[in-house]
Amino acid sequence: MSKKSIQHTPTFEETANAYLTNSQLRRNLGHATHTIRNKRTKIVGEMPDWEHLREAGNKLKKRVMRHLGSYLLQLEESVEKAGGTVHWARDAEEANRIIVDLVKQQEAEEVVKVKSITTDEIKLNEALKKEGIQALETDLAELIVQLAEDEPSHILVPAIHKNRAEIRDLFQEKLNNKELSDRPEDLAEAARLYLRKKFLSARVGISGANFGVAETGTVAVVESEGNGRMCTTLPETLITVMGIEKIIPTWQDFEVFMQLLPRSSTAERMNPYNSFWTGVTPGDGPQEFHLVLLDNGRTNVLADEVGRQTLNCIRCSACLNVCPVYERTGGHAYHSVYPGPIGAILTPQLKGLEDDGAASLPYASSLCGACYEVCPVKIDIPKVLVHLRGKIVDEKKRNGSIKQRLNPEHVGMKWMARVFQNSKKYERAQKIARSGQWLFVKDGTISKLPGQLSGWSAMRDLKPIPDQTFRGWWRTRNE
Amino acid sequence: MQISLFITCFNDTLFPETGKAMVHLLERLGHAVDFSFEQTCCGQMHYNSGYHEEAIPMLKRFVEVFGDAEYVVAPSASCVAVVKEFYPIIAEKTEDPALIKVVKELIPKVFELSQFLVEELELEDVGAYYPHRVTYHPTCHSLRMLHVGDAPLKLLRNVKGLELVELPGALECCGFGGTFAIKNADTSIAMLSDKMAHINDTGAEVCSSIDNSCLMHIGGGLSRQRSGVKPVHLAEILASTEEGA
Repeated sequence: MSKKSIQHTPTFEETANAYLTNSQLRRNLGHATHTIRNKRTKIVGEMPDWEHLREAGNKLKKRVMRHLGSYLLQLEESVEKAGGTVHWARDAEEANRIIVDLVKQQEAEEVVKVKSITTDEIKLNEALKKEGIQALETDLAELIVQLAEDEPSHILVPAIHKNRAEIRDLFQEKLNNKELSDRPEDLAEAARLYLRKKFLSARVGISGANFGVAETGTVAVVESEGNGRMCTTLPETLITVMGIEKIIPTWQDFEVFMQLLPRSSTAERMNPYNSFWTGVTPGDGPQEFHLVLLDNGRTNVLADEVGRQTLNCIRCSACLNVCPVYERTGGHAYHSVYPGPIGAILTPQLKGLEDDGAASLPYASSLCGACYEVCPVKIDIPKVLVHLRGKIVDEKKRNGSIKQRLNPEHVGMKWMARVFQNSKKYERAQKIARSGQWLFVKDGTISKLPGQLSGWSAMRDLKPIPDQTFRGWWRTRNE
Repeated sequence: MQISLFITCFNDTLFPETGKAMVHLLERLGHAVDFSFEQTCCGQMHYNSGYHEEAIPMLKRFVEVFGDAEYVVAPSASCVAVVKEFYPIIAEKTEDPALIKVVKELIPKVFELSQFLVEELELEDVGAYYPHRVTYHPTCHSLRMLHVGDAPLKLLRNVKGLELVELPGALECCGFGGTFAIKNADTSIAMLSDKMAHINDTGAEVCSSIDNSCLMHIGGGLSRQRSGVKPVHLAEILASTEEGA
């Protein structure tokens, strides 16, 4: 992505507190993530070969990344042979232009959409709106987010931050249904009635893709509601936007991914709706199929040997549901369509580390490792987080502003690195710290620290450094 | 058996009692321990914070200090995890084949204390006496990087007089995360609050663990709350006997 197009987003630490103090959000998220987490543990526990499946998923994705160029060309050939058209988009702008042109050719003023984070990534709805085209989200949760003029906060459950009372209020207002109750059945029925009319009249459907099979040209979308199936079968024209990393080599590879994905994402043995389409079939379904292959920073990720594994992601969101940080802040604190642990490594790599907000994300983790443990394709998220922190620090050292170089953390790290290289200097530093701490010790406790350290003492006392170090004791003991 | 103490800079400076307890315990079990004054820091804070170049000399120092040791034992799961998980990566960066080889040979000799006792010495009862109600927080690095499993719990269950209470939500991170606790203090505190609620629910007098870094964070919060629950490193519990530590 060109440097000019960078829009600086707020940093994680700047905004997290606003979400942490939202009691409704904390309750909704705590409840939802724990429910999915426990269900996942149970359903994954049924599989005696789960670790083998993870290993297989990891190996398959690794192979895809090693030969991505040839798999993409193979996919293009397969899709076109089956009657589809393939378009290549370098970035969001190109992808949006291609899609807008295709919709305009159909003279459609409204399109129905399958839930797709990739289209959120490129801000497709905004691009369509600028051209007078209304994009209608048909996934129930995406519809809720769209009607509320809100942003998704979870990869799989975009409205996870809302509870049903909030949704009832929204539907009462936006769907003009004043009598609506907050029973889930009634809410779903209200959405169903509203959407059904749209499905029948729409001429263009737009989807993302969970998988694209290089061998056959088949595109797959898995979902729970069937609304995606409506979008991909009823309109005359279907446009699919797919990140180039979503390729799998052969049809047989579904054997692995169709076991890994549903169990990791919705904690189901199988998704209720599994849609596969290969080009066009005369007289059945859309008669025009366009596949837009999107780069938008992905080849930059591919070029980084450690970061590359981020592209293994199959968007199951298991890492979000187990993440202690995500569970408390929710997705909006990440200021990206990709929140949670996977977002913390994907967003900065896609957007570039020049964006302050994106560069804050690798630090939005305690490195607890829960994400890596559940990842169905074994992305070592903590390793990539630390790798990205390394890149940020290297950049600071090379091209950092004076302000960055004089930052107490940066100066402190450099100073301590020198101290640790020499045991005499280290022992002297221990003494200095001990004799200097009287400034902060009160009644035998340190309860207030200055500057950047004040975050620690906001809620945590510290015991003063003891008079004798371990090495001091060892010395006297052996004298 | 000759055991070289990898005391860690953190414990050396802030928690000397833990190191002393480890010495008493290992000697009581009949082992000879040595300590090199040349050791400083393993480089965890620098490495995890992105100061990767700075971690290289620390790795080299570690190799010099402990290269010839029979066993290296530390009272910190996260520092040992750094040696076992990150040292090979850091060594690769130097592109020095000799260093890569030495690191590879050294790693199997480095142990976290509880893992050393249970897996290497095959001991679960170390003859300790600690008449208190105790809950145990398994730290993330001990669980998910070092895979110590229930080694610390096995040891605690065999301590005479000790009443072990299970900690609800034990597997969840306490929110420490090194510089995360300062950089993202608000989020860290939110995580800590839930951990403290669970600890307080157990009615324990003592919260134990095998990482004083996490315990400093948990204990700091408990102290601010005036909860009365005391953070105590596992080594200190295991070193206690009926005759006194």
